[in-house]
Order: sequence, then C-alpha cells, then structure tokens
Amino acid sequence: MNLILISLITLGLVGAISAVILFFTAKKFHVFEDSRIDVVEEALPSANCGGCGFPGCRAFAEACVKAESMEGLNCPVGGAPVMENVANILGRVPVIAEPTVAVVRCGGTCEHRPRMNEYDGVKHCFIAHNLYSGETGCSFGCLGLGDCEVSCEFDAIKVNPETKLPEVDEEKCTSCGACVKACPKLLIELRKKGPKSRRIYVSCRNEDRGPIAKKSCDVSCIACGKCEKVCPHEAITITNNLAFIHDDKCKLCRKCVEVCPTNAIVELNFPPRKPKVEAPSTPVAEPVEA
Amino acid sequence: MKTFRIGGIHPKENKFSAGKKIQQTELPKQVVIPLAHYIGAPGEPVVKKGDLVKAGQLIGKANGFISANIHSSVSGKVNKIDVQLDASGYKRPAVFIDVDGDEWLETIDRSGEIVRECHLSKEEILRKIQDAGIVGLGGATFPAHVKLSPPPGKKAEVLVINGVECEPYLTCDHQLMLEKGEEIVVGITIIMKVLDVKRAVIGIENNKPDAIENLRKIASQYNGIEVVPLKVQYPQGGEKQLIDATIGRQVPSGALPIEVGAVVQNVGTTFAIYEAVQKNKPLIERVMTVTGKSAVSPSNYLVRIGTLLTEVVNQAGGVPDGTGKIIGGGPMMGRSLMNLNVPMAKGSAGILFMPDEESIRKPMKNCIRCTKCVTVCPMGLEPFLLMNQSERNMWTEMEKERVMDCIECGSCSYTCPSNRPLLDYIRFGKTSVGAIIRNRAVKSVTK
Repeated sequence: MNLILISLITLGLVGAISAVILFFTAKKFHVFEDSRIDVVEEALPSANCGGCGFPGCRAFAEACVKAESMEGLNCPVGGAPVMENVANILGRVPVIAEPTVAVVRCGGTCEHRPRMNEYDGVKHCFIAHNLYSGETGCSFGCLGLGDCEVSCEFDAIKVNPETKLPEVDEEKCTSCGACVKACPKLLIELRKKGPKSRRIYVSCRNEDRGPIAKKSCDVSCIACGKCEKVCPHEAITITNNLAFIHDDKCKLCRKCVEVCPTNAIVELNFPPRKPKVEAPSTPVAEPVEA
Repeated sequence: MKTFRIGGIHPKENKFSAGKKIQQTELPKQVVIPLAHYIGAPGEPVVKKGDLVKAGQLIGKANGFISANIHSSVSGKVNKIDVQLDASGYKRPAVFIDVDGDEWLETIDRSGEIVRECHLSKEEILRKIQDAGIVGLGGATFPAHVKLSPPPGKKAEVLVINGVECEPYLTCDHQLMLEKGEEIVVGITIIMKVLDVKRAVIGIENNKPDAIENLRKIASQYNGIEVVPLKVQYPQGGEKQLIDATIGRQVPSGALPIEVGAVVQNVGTTFAIYEAVQKNKPLIERVMTVTGKSAVSPSNYLVRIGTLLTEVVNQAGGVPDGTGKIIGGGPMMGRSLMNLNVPMAKGSAGILFMPDEESIRKPMKNCIRCTKCVTVCPMGLEPFLLMNQSERNMWTEMEKERVMDCIECGSCSYTCPSNRPLLDYIRFGKTSVGAIIRNRAVKSVTK
C-alpha cells in the first residue's frame, strides 16, 4: 500500500513540475504563426507543383499572407477562382492573372522532318541532348524522348508515338512550368491561353538560316520576314533567323498564318476559315476587345 | 609490372592497324577548319573571304586564356567563313579554304632532319608553343601552353609522357613512337626545359614492346628520361591513373596533377611541340587511325586538320559493308558520328567502324548488386549508386559522392552484366552538378 502511495506521489510531483516547466518554456519560445496561413493553405489545390515559384503550397500560403498585395502572386493550378478565394480570406483585392498554357514550339513530325540516324541510347531527352543534336537534321527540334511527359504531374503532356512530338491537353494543363524546365531544347513556352483558347504561335525554334532550316524540316521558320511585314500590330519580331509572336500584342488576326510559306505559324482552336472570296480577317479580331 | 592501383578493365585490344606505316593522305579539294575544336573559347577569325593563305598561316586567333591559335593546314583561297556541322550535329563556326597547290610558309622547316639542340629560353619556347596552337592530342584537347605554365607557387617535379594508348583499336600513338621516336624524345627535353624538371618518365603499355625498345634505346642517350613499361589496363591513359602507375603518386580528389608535382603530356602532343619549337611548324596535321573489324585496310594516316572525314575514309577504302556505327575516337571514349561530312579536328585520333551486331545496345535489366562497376571504377566511385541518384535528380547527394571526379572512361557501363547505361546517367548528373557548382561560384563572387 505504502509503495503504491509513494510511487503515485512521486509520479504526480514529477508530472506537476514538468507541466509547470513546459508551460513557461512554451510561453517563452512561442512562435507566432498567422492562423490565416492554414486557412489559405486549405484553399489552395495542394498540388505542391512549384508552378507559383515557391517550394510548395504551404510556402506560397505564407508568402500570400506576408505580402502587401496580391500582385505577382498566382497559383497557376487553381487559376482565377482559387486566387479570388485567397484574396477574400485575406481581405485584399484579387489580381487576376491571365491564364496561360504550355505550347510546344516544334512542328517537326516524322513526315516533315525525316530521321537521319537512329538513337538507341537511354530514353531521356537530357542525356540524348548532351550526346548529340538528335535523330533529325534539325539541331533545335524536339527529341521526342518524353522528359516533359515524365515531368508533368497532371498527365497533361504526352508524346504522340506517331508524330514523336509532345501534345498538350489544354484541359489538364495548369501551366505550372515543370515541362518548360525539363525540356533541354527549350521548346516549351507558357503562352496566354487566349479568348476561347484561341492562340497563334510560331511552332519552330530553328535558328539556322532559311535554306539550311528548310532542308532539315518542311515546317521550319525560314525567317523570310513575311509575317513581320504583314502583322498590323507589330506583334512579330525576327531575331536569330527565327520569328516570334509576342502574345501581349497579338490580336489574333491570323494574317501571319496565311502568309507563312512553310506553315510554321500555327493557329489553334479557331473555327474553320471561310472561303477566300469573302472579306478576310477583321471580324476575328473583335473578341479580344470585348 | 606496374599499373594503377584501383579499378580498371582489360577489353579486347583489337589493334589491327599496329605496325602499319603512317601514310600521308592526299590533299583534299577543300578543307573546313573549325574555329572551335578544343576545350575553351572559340578562336577569332583573322582572315576574310577571298584571302590567299599558305599552309601554316594563322587564320584564327586565340580568344582568352584557355584557347588556342588555329592555322591553315593547306594553301589556297578562303572560300567563306560559315557554320559547319560538327561530329555531334551542332553547328560551329569554321573557315572554308579551297585548296590550290601545297605552298607552306617559308619559316617552316620541312626537311626530315632532326634538330636536337634548342637554345631558346623558357619564355621563348612557351611563346612558340602558344603561337603554334598546340593542344593536348590525347583527346581532351586542352591547350598545351596552359598546362605547361603551372600556377604560381606550384612547382613541377616530374614530367609524365603518355604513350599508353589504352583505348582498344587505336594505334596512332604507337606508330608515332616507332617512326618519330627521336623527335618525341627531343620534344621531351624541350618540355623538361620549360618546366625546369630533371626527370621525365614515358609510360608505355607492354603490348607495344617494339615502342618500348625503340624509345629506351633513344632515351638512354639523354639524361633523366626513363621508359616505364606498364601492364595493359584501361583507362591507364587517364592523367591521374598514369601518374599513379608511373610514379606512384595519387592525385587527391578535385585537384590537378600539379598538386603532386606532375605534368602529363601525350606523345602526340610532345611530337607536335617538337615540330613547333624546332621546325616552326604549327599544329596543322596529325596522325589518325582508321580501323575496325571489317575495315578494308586498317592503317594510320597523317591527315591535315580540316580534311572532311569522308575523304579520309575514301582513301582508306571506304565504309565497309555491314557497318552499324562509325565512331570518332576509340571504342571506349569515342562518340558515334552522325555523319562523315565533318571536318577532322585537332583531337580526332581515329575513325572506327563497328559492325552491325556490335553496335546495338542490349536491353537494360535490373541492377543485381554485383558491384562489378565499383570494382572497375578507376576513381573509386560507386557507379550504380550515382546512376540511381541521377535518375532521381539527387544532385546534392551526387556531389557528396564525388561525381565530379568521374573521368567518363566507361569502364562501369562496359562491365555491367545487366547492360545498365551507367555512364549516360552519371554524365547527366555530372552536367547538372557542374552547373550547380558553377552557379555557386558565380554567386560567391558577386557577393
């Protein structure tokens, strides 16, 4: 009986003293953490993809809470609804970034870009890129070994085995930018999604002079300058023998698509063209202003 | 018999072209001289379209410290300065020269006479080597004058000459040692003078007894030059392995050979230095081996820099039937050539035809943890671990595992019973880790 009593008292005392010590240490070393961080984190999609530029959703939530305004903070996965939600939680004005999507700037399918040799090494773009320029004559084009496919957490980019080119699923793409970093040839770009997902871009990265580029690939940009001249909005510039359409200036008039002699300029999700007899172009430009 | 301490393999030697006399190839109609065919910054062209040049004339000026001069290898007219595909399919700037006759600069001594005496001072010799655009001909193509000027505070004690030629198939250095032994030894005395060292060792593998014999005979007439026969073991031609094998010193991880007082030069480079200093001849031609199991006539050729490989191959009997891969360099460290329309560069040691059945990669299987790759790694690394880390992008861990020490000899991939592409992944890791280290260096400088 005595033994039980002594042990109970000892344990009780130890417990009580520890509790007191713990109470004061907890007070002393208390780290203030904004409770809103948890709430914001809850509102985020928890993809932890790093597309926002922070190491994960938690870090992004912390940054959101700390920041003065929502400028420059964007969760590409959640998009506008999530960012609006976050802004509401923090009682700030939401800044809605225009949605972007990944585009692959290479149109060199097997039929356009004949294979000159056979690569039997490791199926890994970066390793192949370190070894040599690729199976085709174009040293800028897609290697087709699928580093982008592996890097994508959302199953949105897949290499088509027939064309050996990656294709982006617009519905699934969150424009987190993982594939942009994964591509050793720097072919993937995040471009504005555009109204009704309509986009125009130069699907080529070949910086060779025209004749050389044309020889290696049918649909390469030969830097003829026709698109630059025809563009009414000065949205196209040519540097290093390669045309580039700036998506912030482009009004989607599609004039460049018509004049491109090699079909290197690609239009996406536009309705089929009307026959040439009718007045071209102008009406298409309107949805942007609307 | 001496060799290096850790690792190493012994692939089949297949030296078909051994003992074949060095033949001069015919002059091509046009040469394409790349302005960037060595480690370092590309040269700045100093000629323009339409200029008449003579063989040995400077056409590309070194651009920066780690860079080398480039000279015309033929006489003729500059056709254009344009880009040319290199062996890996990327475009590099090059000077195109239409060949007209074979006129050399008057200063170059073209007689076969051997000039033994050298009365130039250390600085004058270094200047001559630099002007002649000599780079390491063993494969790494590192500018020779940089290697021969040790950083302040470091003193070379021994000169190690690499006559190992551990790559299977290749015989160009072997043949050079047989035919130009005297010149090589004079070249060694010149380098010894530059480095101010009293001792030089020539490492030669004992599968070349005639070369050992020849150089021993000649070296006995000179002071301080010793020939060391070595056991046949790949990659003995690697700098650090050769130093270990010949003089028994081990270069610490991440350090240069000068740390242990050694400077290594290849026999080809030594011969080029002899020609540059004693004969005023810049590096405009080199010996290369054209070989292979099915090759029509495996042999060694003296080829002008900038000759398209197609021309060399045609003179050597053309591409044999059933060739699956053509490799530039040796089978272990060489790279598969995309096409033969690439110019011969200063570092091209050979063209190797691989028959179809040998040029296919076998399917990769799982690692069975046999540790063969660990046993053969000459740098004491763990290739299987590095590959696993590289697959998972674990760069910090790879750096800790000393991935930057890898000399890319390919022994691990060669020996793997599961055909795992170990070297490919390690090289991937090396590139990524190298970039991280460079970034860190830049950051610490800007801070």
